[in-house]
Order: sequence, then structure tokens, then C-alpha cells
Amino acid sequence: MTGLLAAAETTFDVPGNVAFAVLAVLMVVAAIRVVTTRNIVHAALWLVVVLGGNAVVYLILQAEFLALTQLLVYIGAIIVLFLFGIMLTRAPLGKSGDLDNNQRWIGAAVGVLLLLVIGYAVTRTWGSDRLDFAAYDLPQVSDVAGSTVEIGGSGNGRTQALANEIFGSYLIPFEVVSVLLTGALIGAIVLARRD
Amino acid sequence: MLLNQFLLLAAVLFSVGVYGVIVRKNGVLVLMSVELILNAVNINLIAFSTYWGLGGQVFALFVIAVAAAEVGVGLAIVLLIYRNRRSVDIDQLDELRG
Repeated sequence: MTGLLAAAETTFDVPGNVAFAVLAVLMVVAAIRVVTTRNIVHAALWLVVVLGGNAVVYLILQAEFLALTQLLVYIGAIIVLFLFGIMLTRAPLGKSGDLDNNQRWIGAAVGVLLLLVIGYAVTRTWGSDRLDFAAYDLPQVSDVAGSTVEIGGSGNGRTQALANEIFGSYLIPFEVVSVLLTGALIGAIVLARRD
Repeated sequence: MLLNQFLLLAAVLFSVGVYGVIVRKNGVLVLMSVELILNAVNINLIAFSTYWGLGGQVFALFVIAVAAAEVGVGLAIVLLIYRNRRSVDIDQLDELRG
């Protein structure tokens, strides 16, 4: 019992938890505003808050490369695409009562039901697991051209390890993603151009 | 920090996104709700990658790439719908209803 308490005391991370609580409340409020606001431009701007909060969550989870990718791809590119989409479809720029259909109660029921089911399942399965980042601290050994190099000694070892993973075990899925992006690019051009 | 708090945050964002997909009828807003769902999944992937290695982060990167492709094609489709019908009201697109 005392051992359990001591273990709990050493791993209880007050600043991390406070940061997470503030961030979680902000993100949930912003997400609810995205799906309920009557102003379509405000929805895009609230989406920026959710996506930025996501990047900070990645930082709390010590995934720095993913956090920067999130900022570049989502806030840099996807939000701009959304704003262009709003502009090009001549969406009503002020308040508009015509953004929701009349299935609001069904939608709310489905959302709450889904939340209860997922919440019950994850709490039952992972309810008391602590984040110890053990998987990040494993020695990452890369086998480049026959010479074994140990990665992780320098400060950016985790990004090196991630690159090692992408271009090692996940090389073929990575190439498939490139093909997917090319296909999406061509598809978007074909769909959107005027003949 | 507990693993569960990240999973619950992701569950809340996912449910809010599903609500948005069901309730919104403007095509651009539906795509925004889909982005909420994909981001919730990314939080899960990265939280689990602290347990089982960096594969989760690689898959989160793939999800980001697929989301970018999806938004590109999706907005092109929404633009095409707007060009043909002068409206992006998804509830009016019921030609395939049996």
C-alpha cells in the first residue's frame, strides 16, 4: 500500500495535468463551437483552436515532429483550403440560421451514446494505465548499410528514430501515401477545372 | 499522467465530430467535422505510441496525409456541386434515394 502510494506520488505530474486540463476544456469548447456556431467563418476559426490544441497535446505526449507537422499541414494548409472553399461557394458570411438540418436531437443522441460507449470501453480497459513513455526510451538501433548505429544519444534522437521507422519498416506504406497524394492532386484538378 | 485522459479527450472530440457530420448541411462544415474526427483518432494513435513504439506516430503521419488528400478532393467536389446547383446544401442531394 505504501509502495503504491509512493509510486503514485513520484509519477503524478502536476504541471502536465494542469496544462492538459486547461487544454482539454478549451479544445472541447472549441469543438462544440465548430459544430454549433451559426457563422461559417467562425466555425473555421474555432477549428484552428482545436487543431492548435491538438498540436499541444502531441507536445505533451512528447511527439515533437508530429506537433510541427500538425501546425504546418493543418493550420498552414487545410484551414486556408477551408477558407477558400467558404469563399468560392459564396457561403453566407454573417450569421445564418440555415446551416443545420432538423435532425439535431438525433445527432445529439448519437453523439452522447457514442461517447458513453467509447468512454466506458476505454475506461474499463485502460482506466489505470500511467503514461511512462517507456516505448520512447528503448534504444533505437538502426542498421544502415550493414553498420549498426545507435540513435538517441543526441537531443533529436526521437525524430531520428521516427525517420528510421518511416524509411525502414513503413517504407512501402509511405510510398503508397505518396501515390495517394498524387492521385488526390490529379483528382482535385480534374474535378475543379472548368471545361 | 494517465493514458485514459487522452483517450477520453479523443472520445469527446470524436463524438462532437460525429454530431457535426449528422447535423450540419453545409458541405464545407461537414468536411470540418470530418477533420475533428480524424484529429481525435490521431490523439489516440500518439497516446498509444508511448506504449508500443513509434509505429503509432508513423500512422498518425499517414492519417494527416490522407486527411490533406481528403480535404483537397472533398472541397473540389463541394465546388463542383456548388457550380452545378448554386447551393452546397447536402440535404438536397437526394437523387440516389430509392
